[in-house]
Amino acid sequence: MASSLNFFGGFKLTFLHLTRPRVTTSYPQAKRPKQPRQHGRHVLNRYEDGMEKCIGCELCAGVCPVNCIYVRGLDNPPDHPVSPGERYGYVYEINYLRCIHCDLCVEACPTQAITESKMFEFSFTNRADAIYTKAELLVDDQGFPQRLPWEDWREGEADMTGGWMRATSPAGDASFEGVVQWTADLGFGVRAAEAGQSENRDDVATGSKQLRNVFPRHLQPEDVPLDQRGLQAKFNNARKKMPRRRRSRDRS
Amino acid sequence: MSAWFGSVDPLYGAGPLTLAIFLIVVIRLVAAFSVLMGAVIIMIWFERKTISDMQSRIGPQRWGPFGLLQTLADGIKLILKEDLIPAEADRFVFKLAPYLVVLPAFITFAIVPIGGTLTIAGHPVQLQAANPPMGILLLLAMSGISVYGVMLAGWSSGSKYPLLSAVRASAQMISYEAALGMTIVTIVLATGSLSMHDIVASQAHGIWHWNLIRLGVVPFVVFLIAITAELNRPPFDVVEAESELVGGFHTEYSSFRFAIFFLAEYMNTITMSAIMVTLFFGGPAGWIPNISHLRWVFPILWFLAKTVVFAFCYVWFRASLPRLRYDQLMDLGWKRLIPLSLGWMLVVAGFLISRAWGFIMATAVLVAWTMLTRAFELGHRRERGVASVLPVVGERPVPGEVLRAITDADEEE
Repeated sequence: MASSLNFFGGFKLTFLHLTRPRVTTSYPQAKRPKQPRQHGRHVLNRYEDGMEKCIGCELCAGVCPVNCIYVRGLDNPPDHPVSPGERYGYVYEINYLRCIHCDLCVEACPTQAITESKMFEFSFTNRADAIYTKAELLVDDQGFPQRLPWEDWREGEADMTGGWMRATSPAGDASFEGVVQWTADLGFGVRAAEAGQSENRDDVATGSKQLRNVFPRHLQPEDVPLDQRGLQAKFNNARKKMPRRRRSRDRS
Repeated sequence: MSAWFGSVDPLYGAGPLTLAIFLIVVIRLVAAFSVLMGAVIIMIWFERKTISDMQSRIGPQRWGPFGLLQTLADGIKLILKEDLIPAEADRFVFKLAPYLVVLPAFITFAIVPIGGTLTIAGHPVQLQAANPPMGILLLLAMSGISVYGVMLAGWSSGSKYPLLSAVRASAQMISYEAALGMTIVTIVLATGSLSMHDIVASQAHGIWHWNLIRLGVVPFVVFLIAITAELNRPPFDVVEAESELVGGFHTEYSSFRFAIFFLAEYMNTITMSAIMVTLFFGGPAGWIPNISHLRWVFPILWFLAKTVVFAFCYVWFRASLPRLRYDQLMDLGWKRLIPLSLGWMLVVAGFLISRAWGFIMATAVLVAWTMLTRAFELGHRRERGVASVLPVVGERPVPGEVLRAITDADEEE
């Protein structure tokens, strides 16, 4: 009897799905919000006074595992310097047919000159177009990435461009959480800390989840967090689910 | 001669065959064909939309409102594609096979009565493309021919997967046709006529006269399962099992010939939904409000509504049920459905003679059923043993201790 009930349970499940909200979106028209740490195409940042941050040190090119970055530095012309300091990036090219968006260049950069935007929706019709030069990579006067005509930028998508460098705090030092690391990165605010960065992290704001809390049944019994055990866990989970359900209803 | 024609269709009985009658017949055929083609386009859209809803997807949306023109766009795309014929193919049969599938699909629809009788220019017109006196036999004959289409398509492709699929298709369709035929015999016994029109007319007097209830629900269930298998639709789609046979019998087909197979599949789905409605749910029978000039519309609406329910059921099956393994398919067909439909037919036949005969038949069928169950059980146990021809997956064909004795002997030497 039990097995026959399961048989009709399958029919019930598919029927109930008729009323549930769709998981997919009609993509080019409607976009999902991008992940807070998504790696997209790069931007070359500038200081508030318009000076370029790049000092032409070629560390990014050196660390790049696929050799997609080509940098040539030059001494700053004394009468109209491009960057504060001695040298500046005279040539800066990234080949997006090679780039794997590993973000190692962002980690390596001593001046946070190169960061990644969340833009991945761009395409080319020939190889030469895949090489972005300084003309395309450099941010505009407001500090936002250039909206190139062959890229699909939507409203609000450029806002979080410098974000993840801020949140990770260079050199992994958690004590820098929430501190402006470099003089006024144009246009962007300070983001909440994520898991593993600080005691004062804000999981709701950054959208991060601790695996230990999400998958307690994959853990050894002694590793399960105390609030995930027994009746207490059921109560907690039910409470956690409630506002989310309400939220999804509001959205649809 | 005229009298005989008149008994088939009142259209011919009124007088000599005039141009008006000829025109009515032509219009009726064209109308039936276009209704079916339109229904196919909507059915494909309906299936894709419903199954995407059941899988929490959006489904077709780009062409036309709600993606309604998606099927049309697909059709145009397929027609414009290159028509490939494999080098190893038997060219004539390869070209013939799609039509052997699509023609039966249409001819079967021709016998379905989709409404009552209209009066056009003084002639009584049945809303049914044709009403042959052998009616329901045509359904069996046509489903037999469509097996040829599938089989020849698979064989003539000169490729392995289509061939395997063709073998599966022929075996599957023949096994389920037996159960299907037996169920139809039950209906014919109760109706006393083979004509679809008579079958509908005998159910016209309310819900308790529908064959679904009059014959007990069992023939309907058997018919539903058998017809799903006949259609090669999930969960019985081993013929086109994508995970095993690439695309099944139409793997090597492209362009318009592939479109024809696709068309035939959905035509069949609609036709079989319609047949099911006709045989078990009284066809166009239903409540008719008393509106003088629109009375003829309501039977059509009733028929449509009932057919849509079954079209939905097929989609629902596809979304809910996993594909049966081939041996499970054969087990279900031969060991369950055929004995069940045969036994039920005997019981119904007995009750049609007299109540006493009915109970005698029921007892006999029960005894036979028990014996059959016992026999299957014994056979099943034998299958599991050492003597089974093919080793059961996950079990050693040789018992552990025997195996150990053999290997130990080897080691000692």
